[in-house]
Amino acid sequence: METRATRFGLWTWTVLVLLFLYAPIGIIVLYAFNSSNIQSWPIAGFSTTWFSSTWHNEEVREALVLSLKAALVATSIALVLGSAGAFAVSRFRFFGRETISFVFVLPLALPGIITGMALNSYFGFWGWQLSIWTIIVGHATFCVVIVYNNVIARLRRTSPSLVEASMDLGADGWQTFRFVTFPVISTALVSGALLAFALSFDEVIVTTFTAGAQNTLPLWIFGKIRLGQQLPQVNVVVAVIIALTIIPVYFAQRLSRESGILRRR
Amino acid sequence: MAAGADTAGRPSWAARRRLSAVFWRRGWLRGTFLLLPPLAWFALLYLTALVVLLVSAFWRVDPFTTELVRDWNLDNFKTVFTEPVYRTIAFRTIGIAAAVTITDAIIAVPFAYFMARLASPRTRAALFVLVLLPLWASYLARVYAWRLILAKEGVLNWTLEQLGLPTVGIAYSNWAMWIVFSYVWLPFMILPVYAAMERIPDSYLEASTDLGAKGWRTTRSIVLPLAFPGIVAGSIFTFALTLGDYITPTLVGGASSQFIGNVVYSSVGIANNVPFAAAYAVVPLAVMGVYLLIARRLGAFEAM
Repeated sequence: METRATRFGLWTWTVLVLLFLYAPIGIIVLYAFNSSNIQSWPIAGFSTTWFSSTWHNEEVREALVLSLKAALVATSIALVLGSAGAFAVSRFRFFGRETISFVFVLPLALPGIITGMALNSYFGFWGWQLSIWTIIVGHATFCVVIVYNNVIARLRRTSPSLVEASMDLGADGWQTFRFVTFPVISTALVSGALLAFALSFDEVIVTTFTAGAQNTLPLWIFGKIRLGQQLPQVNVVVAVIIALTIIPVYFAQRLSRESGILRRR
Repeated sequence: MAAGADTAGRPSWAARRRLSAVFWRRGWLRGTFLLLPPLAWFALLYLTALVVLLVSAFWRVDPFTTELVRDWNLDNFKTVFTEPVYRTIAFRTIGIAAAVTITDAIIAVPFAYFMARLASPRTRAALFVLVLLPLWASYLARVYAWRLILAKEGVLNWTLEQLGLPTVGIAYSNWAMWIVFSYVWLPFMILPVYAAMERIPDSYLEASTDLGAKGWRTTRSIVLPLAFPGIVAGSIFTFALTLGDYITPTLVGGASSQFIGNVVYSSVGIANNVPFAAAYAVVPLAVMGVYLLIARRLGAFEAM
C-alpha cells in the first residue's frame, strides 16, 4: 500500500529514532573510558584508570552496598506483597476488587515528589529516623505493582482447574503450591523481581526524601553532578549503572513477553 | 518446629492436612489471608501518608519555631495562586510538559507505524526490545549523558563545528529541558502508539485504498484516528512524568528553569515547610486528575 518513497522515509525515520535513543547511552559509556579528567568531546584517549580509582573510592563502595541491600530487601518485600495481592485479585471476588490495582499503581503513577514527600512527613510524624529501612519502605511500595502485574498476567493465562486437579489427586495446599502453582508462576516471579530490582536500584526522586545521611548510588551521582565534583568517577558509575539496569530488564523481557510496564493489564 | 515435625511425623502431617483443608473449603479465609499483607502495607503506610500530606496543606508552619501548627487555613493555597512567581513556575512546568508530549507524539507515530505495519515479525520483536531497554536504563544516567552532549565543549557543538555550522549555547536552558524530557520519556509514547497501530486491521487500509484514497488521505482518515487513543495513553506518561520531575530541571535546566517539583523539593528539604509544599503539589495532582478524566473519555485506558 505504501509507496516506495514512503517506506524508505519510514525506515529512515526508524533508524534515526533508534540512533537518538542509543547515541547518548553510547556516549556515556565512551566517557567512562576517557583518559583525561576534562569533560570535553572528543575524549582525549582510552584508559581504564577511572574504573580502578572508582573501585577504590570508599564513598562509591558504601553507596553501592547500600543500593544493593535496599534493592534486594525491597524486591523481596515486593515479591511477597505483590504476588499475594495478585493471587487474591485473580482467584477471589470481593468488594473493591477493581480498586486494588489502582491503589498498587498509585506510587508509580503519582509524581515521585508526592510519594516521597508523603512518606517523608509520615516518617517524621511517627518520629522514625531516616535510614536504610525508610529507603526500603519507599522502594518496596512502588515495586509491588511491578511484581503484581507480572504475576497477575501469568495467573490470568493459567486455568484454576490445574489447582483443582492437584487437590483431587490428593495433594494438600502446600504440595499444590510447591508442585503446581509455583512452577507456573516462577518465571513471572523472576521477571517481576528483575524489573523491581532495576527500578529500585535506579530510583532517585523518592529516595531523596526517604534517605537520611546515607547515599544510595543514584543519590551519590546526583549530588556529585550537581556540585560538579569527581566527574570522571561519576562517568564510570553511570556507565556501570546503565549496565546494571539494562541487563536485568533484558532477561526479564526474555522470561515473559508481557513484562513491559505498559502491558499492565 | 522442625524437630517436632521429625519426631512426630504423622500428627503434624495430619495437622497440615487439616489446615490446608480449612483454607481450601473457606475461600474467604484464603482470600483474606492473601489480601491482608499487601492491603495493610498500602493502607497503613502509603494511603495514610498521602491523606496526611493532603490534609497538611491546610496547616501552617510557625515561622519562628518551624513547628507544624495544626490550625485550618487556606493561606498556602492563597500564596500558590496569587504569587506571580508560583504562577509562572506552574505555567512553565505545564507548558514544557505539553511541548514534550507533542514532540514525543510526532516522533513516535511514524516509528510505531513502521514497527506495526512494515517491519517483519523478527524486526518488530527486536524493535520492541530496543525501545524497552532505554526506558529502564538508569534515568539519571540518561539525563547526565545529555548534560555532556549539550555542554559547550560537548558532542553537539563538536558535530556542528565539523559540519561547518555555527555552535549553539543551549546548555542549561529551557531548550535543554525540552530535549532531555522528550528523550527520556519517548519510549513511554512509542509503546502504546505501537500497540494501537498493531490493532488496526489490514482490511481497513485496503478498503481505504480500494475506495481511491491516496496514502496521506488513508493516514489522516484511518490510521491517525485509530491510533489516537494510543497517543493519548502515551501522553499520560509523558505529561505526568514531566509534571512531577525535578531532577532534569536541576541537572540540565538554567537559572530560570525551576519546575513545580524544584519548589516542592526545596520547601521540604531546605525550608522545612511541608504544608506549603503539599499545597503546591496539589497543582500537578489536580492537572493530572483533569487530564486523566479527559484521557478516559478519549479511550486511552483501553489502549494501554
